Amino acid sequence: MSADMAFAIEVRGLAKRFGEVAAVRQVDFAVRPGELFGFLGPNGAGKTTTINMLTGLARPDAGSIFIGGIDCVKQPRAAQHLIGVVPDESNLYPELSGFENLCFCAALYGIGKEERQRRARELLDAFDLTAAANRKFGTYSKGMKRRLTIAAGIIHRPQILFLDEPTTGIDVASARQLRMLIGGLRRDGITVFMTTHYIEEAERLCDRIAFIVDGRIVCLDSVENLLQPVQNKHLLQIACETFPGLPQELAAAFPDLSFSTEGNDRLRVEADGPIRVGPLVRFLEERQIEVSEARRIRPTLEDVFVQVTGIGINSMRKEKTGGGRS
Amino acid sequence: MKWAIAIWAILCKDMRTYYLKPPNVSWGIIFPLAWTGMFFIKSAGEVGSIASLLPGVVAVSILFGTTSMLAVTVTFEKKSRSFERLLLAPLPFELLMLAKTGGAILFGVANAFVPVIMAAFLIDLGGIVWSIFIPAVVLVALASTFLGLFIAVAVSEVFEAQTFSNFFRFPMMFLCGLFFPVEQLPSLLKPLAYALPLTYGADALHGAVRGAHNLPFAVDLAVLVLFCAGLFALSLWNIRRNWIL
Repeated sequence: MSADMAFAIEVRGLAKRFGEVAAVRQVDFAVRPGELFGFLGPNGAGKTTTINMLTGLARPDAGSIFIGGIDCVKQPRAAQHLIGVVPDESNLYPELSGFENLCFCAALYGIGKEERQRRARELLDAFDLTAAANRKFGTYSKGMKRRLTIAAGIIHRPQILFLDEPTTGIDVASARQLRMLIGGLRRDGITVFMTTHYIEEAERLCDRIAFIVDGRIVCLDSVENLLQPVQNKHLLQIACETFPGLPQELAAAFPDLSFSTEGNDRLRVEADGPIRVGPLVRFLEERQIEVSEARRIRPTLEDVFVQVTGIGINSMRKEKTGGGRS
Repeated sequence: MKWAIAIWAILCKDMRTYYLKPPNVSWGIIFPLAWTGMFFIKSAGEVGSIASLLPGVVAVSILFGTTSMLAVTVTFEKKSRSFERLLLAPLPFELLMLAKTGGAILFGVANAFVPVIMAAFLIDLGGIVWSIFIPAVVLVALASTFLGLFIAVAVSEVFEAQTFSNFFRFPMMFLCGLFFPVEQLPSLLKPLAYALPLTYGADALHGAVRGAHNLPFAVDLAVLVLFCAGLFALSLWNIRRNWIL
């Protein structure tokens, strides 16, 4: 199979098994140069395995991978100079300072001393880490570690950057700062392949998104096109105490509406037309259920994800905690 | 040139973060000192016995220094995933692993000269054939380092690396003619002794220090080179198989 040079990354029929478990099955996609491509799915969906195969850290069982036109299955290390990788865990050297870590990472790509020191200073400044430049990496906060790990991933100025769960496990302020930095990378013309399980993050940042579930891509399109089917939906969120069976009771009383719960204190109402709030609130209050708030909400990519994959957002959120969303 | 920059950076980083740390430097001094002292006491303080002990102490210092350090540092970097950073570098895999093991080889060579320096204060080292001694030290350091690499790839935890190292190191101490001649071993154990790289290293060192060796120097050094190449190739094959899944 030959590579289409119009694509920065081109993957066809990619598959990987670990013993009895099929981690990735027949995955196909292509990423255009300069695009911010989101790879979205729950834990264990095959996101990291895919990234590992794309970056040469895992061998595919089947399929083809072209990075910048280079066949990475035949020559696994031939495209290393084109790519930067930010793994899901910050894996820099705890004993080295931030500045030393960046200089070391640049040296691995053969960049001379003066140039790597200049780039390290620039990146520390851009990533708001100048004050901590001489502190050991091991003493950094999680957010600082993620920022420095991203800086280390781009110090050799790669054409393509792989970001694996960039905002997982960090506080909201750091996650927001990171999203701004990622947006800046795209503006600089870097092709970004980003995995995440935060749907709002993907919606805000990405040009196109692929949903991966159980090792298969179930949907791939631009954010705009993905949102199209749910744009005309009307959604209402009611803050009230819920219990098992309540959605069914409500559905019986209001057959034009569909109901679901979000945790124990939120009720979600969906309809193809405008939703009248009054009768719903009265129905709940007649059953001694106190309603503290009812508000219309905008359909989001979450709704698309639930519709396409059948996976509840709550179960996806529970899988990883510790921030990231804001 | 680009590869040279990367290799030098890996070597300097490892020397700084692992091998030149005060506890490791002091370990490199105390270990040979303890071995020399132990055998010196056993030989009732006979200064003349130092020449016969020196090759064994040199070999055991290299063996323990290199295998301990490399098995631990590589296992640690694998566990903390910083080793992935090296695997992602645009550097031929063989060169990358040579750079990674370079620090341990230098550490082993430096360890070898600690007992030599101590011995220089007690006996005349004028009789040592340095043209054999130095290549033998370097080859023993290479073989031991690649053995450490083989161990590091075979385990997943740092403590396992130490335990697994001892599985190789202690039998080698007694089987390889470091302190007891291979000829005095029971006939059943002799073939095992000649299947171990340190036997050839110890033989060359004994020959270089006091002229007592069983095999020609060329054979000792050639077999050591073969062991180095074999262990290095085996370790690379293992890393490709186990770490690049």
